[in-house]
Amino acid sequence: MSPTDPVPGDPSPAERPLLRAAGLRKAFGENAVLRGIDFEVRRGEVVVLIGPSGSGKTTVLRSLNGLETPDAGVLDLDGGPVIDFAAQALGPAKAAKQQRLALRDRSAMVFQHHNLFPHLTVLQNVIEGPVQVQRVPKARAIAEATALLERVGLAEKRDAYPFELSGGQQQRVGIVRALALKPDLLLFDEPTSALDPELVGEVLQVIAELAREGWTMVVVTHELAFARQAADQVLFLDGGVVVERGRPQELFTAPREERTRRFLDRILRPLD
Amino acid sequence: MADGWQLFLDSFWPIVWGAVSGTIPLALASFAIGLVLALGVALMRLSRNRVVSGIARVYISIIRGTPLLVQLFVIFYGLPAIGVVIDPWPSAIAAFSLNVGGYAAEIIRAAILSVPKGQWEAGYTIGMSHARTLRRIILPQAARVSVPPLSNSFISLVKDTSLASLILVTELFKVSQQIAAFSQEFMLLYLEAALVYWLICLALSSGQSALERRLDRYVAH
Repeated sequence: MSPTDPVPGDPSPAERPLLRAAGLRKAFGENAVLRGIDFEVRRGEVVVLIGPSGSGKTTVLRSLNGLETPDAGVLDLDGGPVIDFAAQALGPAKAAKQQRLALRDRSAMVFQHHNLFPHLTVLQNVIEGPVQVQRVPKARAIAEATALLERVGLAEKRDAYPFELSGGQQQRVGIVRALALKPDLLLFDEPTSALDPELVGEVLQVIAELAREGWTMVVVTHELAFARQAADQVLFLDGGVVVERGRPQELFTAPREERTRRFLDRILRPLD
Repeated sequence: MADGWQLFLDSFWPIVWGAVSGTIPLALASFAIGLVLALGVALMRLSRNRVVSGIARVYISIIRGTPLLVQLFVIFYGLPAIGVVIDPWPSAIAAFSLNVGGYAAEIIRAAILSVPKGQWEAGYTIGMSHARTLRRIILPQAARVSVPPLSNSFISLVKDTSLASLILVTELFKVSQQIAAFSQEFMLLYLEAALVYWLICLALSSGQSALERRLDRYVAH
């Protein structure tokens, strides 16, 4: 079913969420990290996942990019196949692989430790996906990459190797590498956690600007100030479930759940 | 003494010719074939399929657990007994390639494993398949790590090719032996052979340094 082909009674394409996740479950051995996660991401929306370490937020994010495979649950990325993980586990490996690739086709990940390719220059890092995978002509890929690098203030670094950049610059290149793929969904896995404090701002600014431009994104972060300012929807995860969700104003100023309150207190007032 | 010096000079170019026409092409061909073999064996060894990785494991174990000279003799003197007759040169290249294949496979496997997992994931997230990530992202980084140990393997191989003299291949050492037998100046000729091997290995070591510098251009110093 394509988005231009709605069935009767279905919401119109514009109203249908870009992504619907339902009942995501995942265990590593005995350790259940996801215990039924549901959420929706609408087009142009910024969804921020917060929660203590081990709450499952990174696993959720990685599942959206096919880097983790949930044991059960459904992912429905509008316009792509509806992925039922319980059924996938019983089906042929080849189908599972195709579903993973379908997710990666539509989303791109910015990693905590940027994971830039150290043997490639900044420009080569950015055009690798478009040229090698998406078969974009090289000249066009270079022009687009240069424009993106210019936007994050790194045009003059295009021929540098990653080790020659600061942590903040590396992460901005990581973001540009993801943008160059023109994904429907941008995924950020604690993009500033590995940075020196004075470099956090330059990276968050880029992400906030992308949010204003209307990119759809899911962000795992501990930067509550960023979440408050940029998020449309905040999910608080703990113990593999979504404990509370809402608009940032509500969730941060008047959390309904005790667990949310305790978590926010610990982060906002660590010395009390 | 003057006679000795004259013999040294007279025999030097024949011995160097033995290196140029025997030792060096033998080592180069065997190393090239051996590396291709080693990459295949390393990937088999890393396979999740137990049968595949088991085959690689047994191969490596046999190569590392038996002397190179015995491997050479099995191929050249042993195989004819079951009707497989191979000329000296191909026999030597086969034995040395198989040997390099076993040792270098472990080097390459370790080098692949030394590349951080995040590099695989970064390849996947930009849409690359496993094979393409391996080829474009992982192997170039593994190559840098494996240059020093592979250079050691190559230098060892250059010296090990002297064993080929025992299966009638004319190379550096065979030439020295022939001149030594003729002139009865064993000490002189074998020291001369040693000198030429050493010179070759000196050249290889400086080549290794140049290659390492080139591959290190993208890492912080």
